[in-house]
Amino acid sequence: MAVSHLQCKECKTQYPLEALYVCEQCFGPLEVVYDHSQISRDVGELRRRIQGGPQNIWRYADFLPLAGGPPGPSGRLASRVGLPAGCTPLIRADRLAERLGLREVWVKNDAANPTHSFKDRVVSVAVTRARELGFETIACASTGNLANSVAAHGAALGMDSYVFIPADLEEQKILATGIYGTNLVGVEGSYDDVNRLCTELCAERDWAFVNINLRPYYAEGSKTLAFEIAEQLGWELPDRCIVPVASGSLFTKIARGFEEWTELGLLETPARPLPRMNGAQAEGCSPVASAFAAGQEVCRPVKPSTIAKSHAIGNPADGPYALDLARRTGGGVDAVSDEEIRAGIKLLAETTGVFTETAGGVTTAVLAKLAERGDIDPDERVVLVITGEGLKTLDAVRGTFETKTIAPSVAAFEAGFAEKAAV
Amino acid sequence: MAVVVKIPTQLRAAAEGEAEAQLDGATVQEVLDGLFERFEELRARIADDDGSLRRFVNVYLAGEDIRFLDGLATPVADGAELTILPAVAGG
Repeated sequence: MAVSHLQCKECKTQYPLEALYVCEQCFGPLEVVYDHSQISRDVGELRRRIQGGPQNIWRYADFLPLAGGPPGPSGRLASRVGLPAGCTPLIRADRLAERLGLREVWVKNDAANPTHSFKDRVVSVAVTRARELGFETIACASTGNLANSVAAHGAALGMDSYVFIPADLEEQKILATGIYGTNLVGVEGSYDDVNRLCTELCAERDWAFVNINLRPYYAEGSKTLAFEIAEQLGWELPDRCIVPVASGSLFTKIARGFEEWTELGLLETPARPLPRMNGAQAEGCSPVASAFAAGQEVCRPVKPSTIAKSHAIGNPADGPYALDLARRTGGGVDAVSDEEIRAGIKLLAETTGVFTETAGGVTTAVLAKLAERGDIDPDERVVLVITGEGLKTLDAVRGTFETKTIAPSVAAFEAGFAEKAAV
Repeated sequence: MAVVVKIPTQLRAAAEGEAEAQLDGATVQEVLDGLFERFEELRARIADDDGSLRRFVNVYLAGEDIRFLDGLATPVADGAELTILPAVAGG
């Protein structure tokens, strides 16, 4: 396989492909390095292999950090073990584009994953790597979507799981986690408290914390969103991507996915090496957007207060990399209010038929903001990355519309809906 | 009286294998200076040349990130616990 070693993003010290995530020399984050010299020899063959692969993220196994290739002995059927993620729809959203005065907007609907968020991509990769490394228990610190996914993957693969969440999480996300039979731990505190606790526990337990000691592998799963977008657009890059930013990992890894394919020559000659990358945050937790606006290179941690709880990471570890990416691609990082988030959920639902959670409301609201501000050239091809499902955050839309109740008679209907129902 | 500093696994090789250290000091800065004096190798690993902590280093006083307090100038009481942890996130 093409996977080579782990390397510190800061000082470039190399490490073996084990459950390591921090550089012992400088405390920087570790990431996976590949050697693509073999597969780059015949790009046509590589494209055909991808197209002939399974209808899930394992079609991109050449770009994922598994020593043994896709799970299972070989072939399509075997790659369906566990809870395969990916190959979600890319929808052309003409009605949304028209409403915003744009020409070409696409919605990548990652709510269409097994547990209804993009987290199934990263968890599939992390858990498969955890099994390769011999772990028997998986765990995570989560704002909700990751909790759902880790609990479900544990159930599908028959692994024990421990899921740590802030105790005040949305009820839907708690219910959709506990049902899988996981050890669900509600922690009194914010996500950042949960994360600190898990970082401490990680040193004490022989568990695979997917987003801590397995983080270098986990994060690689997000690249598959970029691969799918490019493949679904006919091996082309979009001009701009709007992506939610919590820790900054998804945002930076989508760009890394595009970069890997551009470097290998897998894509039709792009006009620019990367799309403009726009990050989306909620005002109640916007350390990256604030640093972007202030021209700073690092983010000052904040105490989150927003309805977008899956965004409520006040201390974003990948913040500095997200800032650098937004700046070097001519994109940006913007923040929107809770009201704008609700309006974003409604706008997406009314124009595309896609009902997203608060994080998708953030992303849609930022798209609307950029369009209104005139930041987007009408000729651009824009991809809106929708990471999660509206049914998980029902409180956010409660009271945004009225249901009219009538007696079961034609007369009552006509009285109540006279204008709209006129024949 | 002393302050307890909890040392993360990734730094223990540079701290003679110790998981924690008892040190004196009235502020986070003074306690960390004492730590660096005892384990010289630790300084270069978590502090920049100008003495500030590297951006991927989080320090907590009784569970609270010192950036929400007074940073390195935060006063520490006898018997307090300082925890050094790497910054990771992604929920």
